[in-house]
Amino acid sequence: MKKILYPIVTLCTLTVILAACHKESKVTPVTTDPNTGKVFAVVGDQVGRPGIATVFVAAADKDNFNATIPSAMGALYQPKFETQLQAYNGGAFTTNILGLTAAQFTGVLATDVLNVSTTGKTTYYDGTNVLTGRALTDDVIDVSLILIFGGPTGASNPGLTSDHVNGNDKPFLASFPYEAAPW
Amino acid sequence: MKKAKQIVAAAVMTLALGGGILWASDHADAPNVKGKSTDITDLYVFQSPTNPDNMVFVGNVQGLLSPASTATAAFDENTLIEFKIDNTGDNVEDLVIQCAYKDGKMYVYGPVKPATTGLSSTIVGNAAVVVPVTAYGASPTVVTSTSGIKAFAGPRDDPFFFDLDQFHAILGGTASGFNNPGKDTFAGTNVMSVVVELPKAMLKSTGKIGVWLRTSQNH
Repeated sequence: MKKILYPIVTLCTLTVILAACHKESKVTPVTTDPNTGKVFAVVGDQVGRPGIATVFVAAADKDNFNATIPSAMGALYQPKFETQLQAYNGGAFTTNILGLTAAQFTGVLATDVLNVSTTGKTTYYDGTNVLTGRALTDDVIDVSLILIFGGPTGASNPGLTSDHVNGNDKPFLASFPYEAAPW
Repeated sequence: MKKAKQIVAAAVMTLALGGGILWASDHADAPNVKGKSTDITDLYVFQSPTNPDNMVFVGNVQGLLSPASTATAAFDENTLIEFKIDNTGDNVEDLVIQCAYKDGKMYVYGPVKPATTGLSSTIVGNAAVVVPVTAYGASPTVVTSTSGIKAFAGPRDDPFFFDLDQFHAILGGTASGFNNPGKDTFAGTNVMSVVVELPKAMLKSTGKIGVWLRTSQNH
């Protein structure tokens, strides 16, 4: 289980990322496709795993986090995430139920990429498989709360390790597009 | 419980110092995207429940839409919604699935090698699938390409669930823990969603991939 969670954190050279205001080219390519060659260079939002930016990224860093390519995230954000994790735990975080130390756990989280298995079960965490995807039904909040507040056994701080909302407010569909119809 | 209170007290202090943290999934997470067509709520990637040879990519934007506002919600042709896929383990995208809206339809490109990696995206080639955006209240319109790529775009119930209000109460010091049962703050709210299902073989993977969802604008 642990091995799955130990990514090789590439300590990339700090790259200054310029979110250039690149204007769309006025040259219309000869094609029947209305978008081919269109350039989108203004940074918007970026998400890998659920809740990472909102839980671990300080307000002042939020826009910068969205403008940081994942390969540069670990070096820039792991130390900050570790500080935040300890702050949530009053400085008392030792390891979590996956056996990860504060440095190891935040090392995983800081590179905000969703790991997905292409050969097996895809789930955020189902008790056996860890970070092999994210299904619609996955209770990612409880998983996150347990890993952040639950201590080495997952049993610490029981009032904080589940929000007791265990599923969606509408059943998902059995067939494509799987998500429920809008309210 | 005493320890929990100390932890919460510490967390509250951190929040006060940090200027406040709202924990949704990624809903309205950053000043530059809050309330805009670029605001991502969630990314889901999972093996197709109906075909184990397929992978499903779900990208949701524009969260917390009430039913009334969903009726007028729309995709933005100036915003690209893009799944970035790393299949070599270096957290650099090797493939992209690009979703660009134009005149009532969502154009889905790829999976294809990107023109460049990083923060600037260029639409590569011609769309693999063009799917009309499903209107609010209508049955889902689904288009499947000859290559086996299936696509949907339109409003859906937000699949995210969390008692965010109680979490705020905990952080605000007016509660010491969650309630049981909790209350889903996202109940009754919608998102604008793009769903793409495709054969896993197109991902050229050796067993695992890394995926992130990016939005970017053309000006």
